[in-house]
Amino acid sequence: MSVSSPPANPPVRSGWWNSRTFRRFMRHRLAALGVVMVSVLTLACVIGPYLLPYNDLYIDLRARFSPPLTGYHFLGTDPLGRDIAARLLMAGRISMLVGFAAMVLSTLIGATIGVVAGYYGGRIGTVLMRFVDAVLSFPSIFLLLALAAFIKPSPIMITVIIAITSWMEVARIVEAEVRSLRERDFIMAARMLGLSNRWIMFRELLPNAMGPIIVAATLTVARAILLEAYVSFLGYGIQPPLPSWGNMLNGAQQYLQSAPWLAIVPGVAITLAVTSFNFIGDGLRDALDARSDLI
Amino acid sequence: MTRYILSRLGQSLVLLVLVSMIGFAVLNLAPGGPLSQFALTPGMSQADLDRIAVQMGLDRPLIVQYADWAWRLLRGDWGRSFRDSRPVLDVIGGHFGATLLLMGTATVISVTVGTWVGIKGATKRYSLFDYAATVGAMVALSIPTFWFGLVAIYIFSLKLGWLPAGNMYTIGNGSFLDYAIHLIMPAMVLALVDVAVWSRYMRTATLDVINQDFVRTAKAKGMTPRRVLMKHVVGNALLPMITLAGLQVPTLLGGALVTETVFTWPGMGRLFLDSLGYQDYPVVMGLLMFSAILVLLSNLAADLLTAFVDPRIRLT
Repeated sequence: MSVSSPPANPPVRSGWWNSRTFRRFMRHRLAALGVVMVSVLTLACVIGPYLLPYNDLYIDLRARFSPPLTGYHFLGTDPLGRDIAARLLMAGRISMLVGFAAMVLSTLIGATIGVVAGYYGGRIGTVLMRFVDAVLSFPSIFLLLALAAFIKPSPIMITVIIAITSWMEVARIVEAEVRSLRERDFIMAARMLGLSNRWIMFRELLPNAMGPIIVAATLTVARAILLEAYVSFLGYGIQPPLPSWGNMLNGAQQYLQSAPWLAIVPGVAITLAVTSFNFIGDGLRDALDARSDLI
Repeated sequence: MTRYILSRLGQSLVLLVLVSMIGFAVLNLAPGGPLSQFALTPGMSQADLDRIAVQMGLDRPLIVQYADWAWRLLRGDWGRSFRDSRPVLDVIGGHFGATLLLMGTATVISVTVGTWVGIKGATKRYSLFDYAATVGAMVALSIPTFWFGLVAIYIFSLKLGWLPAGNMYTIGNGSFLDYAIHLIMPAMVLALVDVAVWSRYMRTATLDVINQDFVRTAKAKGMTPRRVLMKHVVGNALLPMITLAGLQVPTLLGGALVTETVFTWPGMGRLFLDSLGYQDYPVVMGLLMFSAILVLLSNLAADLLTAFVDPRIRLT
């Protein structure tokens, strides 16, 4: 859609929810809600475990399968009598840390490959981008599980393999952005000044592509938290007794009838965290993309 | 048209080669490599292992090994399962139908619902429905599929008792209705993410078409809005969706893996997890390559179909 010409037929708008103010407010509202939720979750995971009366690893077989709100077990206990609230918060530390670290790593990989492919173009660019397409041809969960089964699982290795299976989106975005920036005058000027290719790529081009990178990075956190939950749920991610949101759900299905809170509680936490990061990413996209206001 | 088809086929071939290289790299990451199946046998000495390595050709340069492996892949010799010594392709073939049924049904659901939501959102832009659909789609994309499956089982099987909690059919029954009842819940769960994606793209595509000149002309002729929508808008908005359907295949396959696990659906995804559990690496590798090839083929099919129905593409 061209930006210069006004829409042929502006949509008929009525009602309080149609005002531009409300629209912008709503978008910012969701992003703001996301920021608040992420902050609350992070804060709870950081200081929460110190405030709870139970340790996340303390086993109390007499209190196993306590439903939520029994005594001081606010969210109930698991099949070993461990406090779910304590486990949830400790799991949150790991799940969010893995998500965040995987985002940093995959953004580094993706941005490097994207900027090299976009800047050099030609044969190097084609080969690199075909490689991106090839990795994208594997369903990420299949690739992730195969890698996870082949290595010794530890939080760091899980982070690395999540990053290995989720850098392609960033690479594509950066490559497209750099390919268009490359032709601009300031890059020509940098070349004429005799700056090295590395300088131009990482000091001139990358900073100018920061907007889309930040958006993609935020959405990658959401994706990485989800992927960690998937592999851990299937038993190939974070290994017990270390809790993660995914592995807390690992045995939950067999107790669905008798202890449904085992399945419900961690799932709500995952959904909240992932939704928040998606909201933030969407808000950032609107804020950083000048055209979004017209659509 | 022929030129377009040929160049698109060429692209797919290049991708296939790259995909097979990645697959081969992953294969060599397996603990103990291809020798792992013998390493656990009691009484196996290092000398025996070395001899088997030579017999299997593992002492040759990596390039030669890759060429040999890729050639066997092309000929359909994908090795044999460690578990029951059946050829890998036969094992996969036995589970492919169930996955295809699940993915097909989920796609039909998501195309129908997603198209409807997307068109309604675009024609009634900035309505409360539009907002609800936008926010709803973002939440749907954030829910872990397996968890959604667990919640669905809890509500519809355990609490309400309407639907079976798993499996593909009741043993001893196996009528069409029985299959259908078992299919409803996993297909809906798998479709959730796809509905969200589909409705977002359909909304954008519809908005793109609505502002075009031929739609204004149609309206100026005095066509009713409904007829304009059905005759001129929907068809054109659906064109880019063919590509999307191809692009969604990897997501669907991944979703099928967890959905099949939760609902004990006897498809490729469950086979993959079972094989991982048994360290049945030939089947694991076979499924990895099979799913990647499936993705390549569906993208190719989607692009060719788009070119077939949209002359603008094949002429440029």
